[in-house]
Amino acid sequence: MILLPLLEINSLTVDYRTRRGNIRAVNNVSFTLERGETLGLVGESGSGKSTLGFSVIRLLPPPGMIVNGNIRIDGTDILGFSEEKMRSIRGKKVAFVFQDPMTSLNPVKKVGAHFVELIRTHEPTISEKEAFKRAEKALSDVGILPERINDYPHQFSGGMRQRIMMALGIVLDPELVIADEPTTALDVIVQAKILDLLKKIQDKYGMALILITHDLSIVLERCDKILVMYAGCLVEYASSVDLYRNPKHPYTQGLLKSIPDIDLAEQKLEAIPGVPPNLLNPPKGCQFWPRCSNVQEKCRIEEPPIAEVSPGHFVRCFGGGT
Amino acid sequence: MTIIGLVIVSSIIILTLIGPWVSPYDPTAINVAPPPNPSPPSADFPLGTNLLGQDMLSRLLCGGSVMLHVALLSVLFCFIIGVPIGLFASYAGGMLDKVSTIVMDSFYAFPGLVLAIAIAAMMGRGVVNMALSIAVVYVPSYFRIVRSQVLTIKELSYTEAARASGARGRTVLLRYILPNVVPSIVVVATVNFADAILTAAGLTFVGLGVGIDIPDWGWDLTQGRVLLPSGAWWVITFPGIMIVLLALGFTLIGEGLSELLTPRLEQ
Repeated sequence: MILLPLLEINSLTVDYRTRRGNIRAVNNVSFTLERGETLGLVGESGSGKSTLGFSVIRLLPPPGMIVNGNIRIDGTDILGFSEEKMRSIRGKKVAFVFQDPMTSLNPVKKVGAHFVELIRTHEPTISEKEAFKRAEKALSDVGILPERINDYPHQFSGGMRQRIMMALGIVLDPELVIADEPTTALDVIVQAKILDLLKKIQDKYGMALILITHDLSIVLERCDKILVMYAGCLVEYASSVDLYRNPKHPYTQGLLKSIPDIDLAEQKLEAIPGVPPNLLNPPKGCQFWPRCSNVQEKCRIEEPPIAEVSPGHFVRCFGGGT
Repeated sequence: MTIIGLVIVSSIIILTLIGPWVSPYDPTAINVAPPPNPSPPSADFPLGTNLLGQDMLSRLLCGGSVMLHVALLSVLFCFIIGVPIGLFASYAGGMLDKVSTIVMDSFYAFPGLVLAIAIAAMMGRGVVNMALSIAVVYVPSYFRIVRSQVLTIKELSYTEAARASGARGRTVLLRYILPNVVPSIVVVATVNFADAILTAAGLTFVGLGVGIDIPDWGWDLTQGRVLLPSGAWWVITFPGIMIVLLALGFTLIGEGLSELLTPRLEQ
């Protein structure tokens, strides 16, 4: 029996239909995620990475809508699912860990109540006692003392709250965890700890993980594959080793050059000149050409196709592979 | 501050509760005092008497119940009407939100007391009718505060997280949003208690209060106004002080609570 991939996204296109015009937040993105795999979704603000994440659980903030493509979980297209069916997937099969730990927990509810609510939503037959037991286990998995289950969210620090969010994410043993900038609001030390913890938990439970971030450096060593987005488009998609050693797209190359290296005494960090395009009025041709160091005549006129330059390494650039 | 307010309000409530037992005379009986009436405070009638020869002390002790009933009922009505509309309309958003906002805002176009008088005149006398007409005036403030809170809270990550973990819209609204809105509603309610009392006094003053057979500070005010030019200051002063005290008590509680519940104001 051939095992279907856990998550398969085919030419997904998401629009925000605003009064001032149509914004294509995700433009024809495809990728596949196998069970237990880790994908780093990298892009700057407004590149569509979070939109892509929310599409997977079909919780796009209005006026966002999926206009094309499909999202398959275990081989079934979830775009055809009823709202009822979607609810049973959210939290249970696909868990979401949010960006801001300070506001991601309900301030009037004790930590334990969050777990009971979540567990009971999906498994109504479970007793409160049993739910508490599971919650305590999840909390100790993320390094929070289980006896603190009766504390309120404000009694925890930001890093601890992010751990609690992760415990909430894993308590129902989901097959996929989507972490949307899980460490952006935390300082660098806590950030590293949280990410390592996330990896540890993933290894322990064997779930797949999508790590959404604007920081390429934190996903390079932690993810199996990396998908770089720019202005809603997939620009490069490869294993992290390939991407690091052999980046093909000028944007990826620019991102890599802008990561400081601690071993080099004198290193000039290079920035990518310019700003991302206004998506209400994107440039003709390749979205990146106004900032590209290697722009050709063709780039200004035509949209480049996505090409597989080597097995599993996709680039959306005319200069790709050269 | 909250403590002072609580002391004032609770002592007035207790006074009103025990009033019928401790008052020296029947508060509604006329001509309990020998003429001439109104007579100034004396040993037999410590707060004086009014034109009908009623004992003002007895009326003072018993007269709070109408005010308190009206205030309590009107706040209750506001709660029942304003909070659910605010919750559902602003959570649902779109047309429903727009229409209810416009309707509620249109109430602000009328001066509160005038609107209350108009509605009370339409519905007739009685405690419930008074409370309803006051509630109509104050529902928009509940609606507004609930709406502004819901709009803020609905964007916070924890409601989004609740949806992302499979919670229904109803669950999100009742378990995540409502409990976080309640503190602000409580503050509005206490402040509105004070407004309701003053409005109730106003309604009685223009003759839309309860019947003459029920002791009521508002009615005493009305009578006192007529007698004041002739020098009978005691008829209007004492019930007036009670109404002001009661309103002050509720205002103090409200201010205290809002400071307690929003610690940022203190800094």
